[in-house]
Amino acid sequence: MVGIVLVSHSAGLAAETAALAVGIGGAGVPVAAAGGADDGGLGTSPDRVTAAIKEVNQGDGVILIPDLGSSVLTARLLEKPGSVVIADVPFVEGAIAAVVASGAGSPLDAVLAAAEEARAYRKT
Amino acid sequence: MDTSFFAAWIEEIATAVRDQKDHLTQLDAAIGDADHGANLDRGFAAVREALAASPPETPGALFVLVGSTLIRKVGGASGPLYGTVFRQLGKTLGAETADVALGDFAAALDAALSAVQKLGAAVEGDKTLVDALAPAVRALTEGMQEGPEEAFAAAARAAEEGAQATVPLQARKGRASYLGPRSVGHEDPGAASTALMFAALQAAGGR
Repeated sequence: MVGIVLVSHSAGLAAETAALAVGIGGAGVPVAAAGGADDGGLGTSPDRVTAAIKEVNQGDGVILIPDLGSSVLTARLLEKPGSVVIADVPFVEGAIAAVVASGAGSPLDAVLAAAEEARAYRKT
Repeated sequence: MDTSFFAAWIEEIATAVRDQKDHLTQLDAAIGDADHGANLDRGFAAVREALAASPPETPGALFVLVGSTLIRKVGGASGPLYGTVFRQLGKTLGAETADVALGDFAAALDAALSAVQKLGAAVEGDKTLVDALAPAVRALTEGMQEGPEEAFAAAARAAEEGAQATVPLQARKGRASYLGPRSVGHEDPGAASTALMFAALQAAGGR
């Protein structure tokens, strides 16, 4: 299955979004939260993101979902074309869509496309 | 210019960042999230430790270590951005060259500018560190024939002027861009720290 890494400035936000996505999207999908700076405060820790990528990588590719700012820049530095890719999506909706698609056994490009569909979903 | 020259530059930067830590954070408090000084200081403290633990043998290796350490330790957007600047400097100079000619350093700085612009998708006028870095690289390149001291002085001047010129700009990147017109009237903290790095280069070159 495609692995999903949630990269947020907040450790709590990343962990809860991961729990929400797995709860709604399906258990058994490799999802890891990489939130907060090294000291646990607000920020981004490249070491945490690197460890999370390793944790969820089952050989089918990994999708990084960053929130903003340094999370996005850090994710860009860790991208590997064809295997570790960023989804340019709303954090919560994109995470859920990616987990659902990964749980259905979709390949990396299809999981990415499913996550990106979340961007077009209108709430009004 | 050899490894010890560039190590002295990095040491000058680390000292200046520590001295200006509160000033940088105050600039960031106006339009950012008030952590630029503290983040950079944490990053350069880690750089000092990394350089002391395993002193690099070439300028290229030194800059790669500086960049990689900043990426890992800063914690904010300036980590990936400055980390990319220094890592690209190192990659362009190469791990083998022991003595760097001024022209090669200018070319490596230009490559570093391109790399950070690619990462952050920023152009001049967006009110970012690019507004200090780009004119500094141009001034250093143009001042090369005059020798390193003059070239570094010109680069430091251009970076400082570039940083001051961000005051009337409206931010188009980062958190400050959400403020719209309210970002006008404040110096960009990233441009300010870039100016500080080129002032440190001038100081290192004047010894």
